[in-house]
Amino acid sequence: MDQPALDVASVTVQFGSRRVLDGVTFQLRRGEFTGLIGSNGAGKTTLLRVILGQQSPDQGTVTIAGGRHGAVGYVPQKFLLDPDMPLRGRDLVALGLDGHRLGLPRPSRQRRERVQAMLAAVGAERFADARVGRLSGGEQQRILIAHALISEPQLLLLDEPLANLDLRSAKEVVSLLAQIAREQRIAVLISAHEMNPLLPVMDRVVYLADGRAVSGTTDEVIRTDVLSHLYGHHVDVLRLHGRVVVVAGDIDDHHADHGVLEVD
Amino acid sequence: MATLLHAIVEPGFFSSAPVRLAAEMGALVAIVAAVVGVFTVVRGQAFSGEALGDIGATGGASAYLAGISSVWGFVGISVLAAAAMELIGVQRARGRDIATGVVLGAGFGLAALLIYLGTLQTSTSGSTVTILFGSPFTLSPSDLPLVLGFGALVLVTLAALYRPLLLASISPELAAARGLPVRLIGVAYLMALAVAVALSAVTIGAILSTALLVGPAATALALTNRPGRALALAAMIGVAATWLGLLLAYDSYYWPPRHHGWPPSFFIVALVLIGYLAVAARRGGGRRGAR
Repeated sequence: MDQPALDVASVTVQFGSRRVLDGVTFQLRRGEFTGLIGSNGAGKTTLLRVILGQQSPDQGTVTIAGGRHGAVGYVPQKFLLDPDMPLRGRDLVALGLDGHRLGLPRPSRQRRERVQAMLAAVGAERFADARVGRLSGGEQQRILIAHALISEPQLLLLDEPLANLDLRSAKEVVSLLAQIAREQRIAVLISAHEMNPLLPVMDRVVYLADGRAVSGTTDEVIRTDVLSHLYGHHVDVLRLHGRVVVVAGDIDDHHADHGVLEVD
Repeated sequence: MATLLHAIVEPGFFSSAPVRLAAEMGALVAIVAAVVGVFTVVRGQAFSGEALGDIGATGGASAYLAGISSVWGFVGISVLAAAAMELIGVQRARGRDIATGVVLGAGFGLAALLIYLGTLQTSTSGSTVTILFGSPFTLSPSDLPLVLGFGALVLVTLAALYRPLLLASISPELAAARGLPVRLIGVAYLMALAVAVALSAVTIGAILSTALLVGPAATALALTNRPGRALALAAMIGVAATWLGLLLAYDSYYWPPRHHGWPPSFFIVALVLIGYLAVAARRGGGRRGAR
């Protein structure tokens, strides 16, 4: 097996007396689609910030194959652009290619063609010349994915990319990401508080609860015994018509909201 | 043709040295302000721009008292004010208005004192009007190299930082994820903004300086989807408003009732506003027109 695209080893992050991440360990390999699942406040965004190098861990290490810069593509949470921003999807994708460079951009045929090919790969050609801020949530996601992918990273991180999407757009974005992971041999890590849209395509899962994580294949992790151990109290994993619902055993427990909200 | 031209342009417009100087410096300043202004609008920092311009009055007044070029006064105090805003916390979205407001209040208080001292010295209010509302036809030729130097500095800085600044202005998160120093870029931009409004204050006055900053930029953003074109368009609109404003102000000396020219700043600012309203009205008619 080749070197992992991402190796997270015993990462601990402490904010004051609160341990946001507690010995989080997992690896991602190229070509795999991984869901980072956890309820709000479980530590997903902090973990992504650690991987991006924006938050240094108090303990543990993060190793990214090929170094950090250029090797990680990132799609932030709740990306809302002003509708009057003078920026086409095409411009945003081009900034993914050379937005870190100094000096004025030098338009070339090669640059234009690379942007065009990237737009085609994410199915965004049709709306590439409209203002990004006027596009729908799903269309903006495609542009952002193209922006993140054009620098040819080995690792693509997406923070709650499905949060503002309707069910159909969410399905389309998920299958696009799964296809990109397989065809371009990229490790894709996508955070979500709701795992069901990811179930059909997810190769592996990193499940976060209270800053602790378990990882493995879906069948290894999404089980009553494993998740009960992780939560530190009994939870039930129910499978209904191909969907998974995690229900806290004790409804008064502060995790109860997680179980209930899992149903949509 | 010549008679038609004479009907529009009163005699002497093109041969007058003060007019030529005003046109040259005005164009230079309009370009710098408009280019910086596009980023100001995109970043939502118009209030910072307004405050830096207004605070420039302090610098204009101190330069008048010290007997040095007003360019040094305006630029010096705006840059200092920008640094103060940065220290108070202009980078945080929520801290931005607070930092700007605090510095603006302090700056205006100081301006009130200095302008008062200025009027004691000369017992006229001429300098006050010049500092606050500008006077392009009374610019000193010795200011031209200064304006040229500072203007070039701003444009070169923005050209060098163009792509990182654009990305950081669109989304600090995307910029940070690429390892760009978002805060440093913000500081560099704020300094460019300070110099741009200071230069703008030299020609159309401290109070009106934001008009050249925000007006042409906002108009350009409504006309195009493309950032590069927005910059070029904003510069053209700024120069056009400045030149046309100077022409009207010059002509107004000949308008009845005679012998009272109207201030050029009024015409420039009015033209900028008319341009913006025209574009906004056109867009209101056909929402999706912009290309």
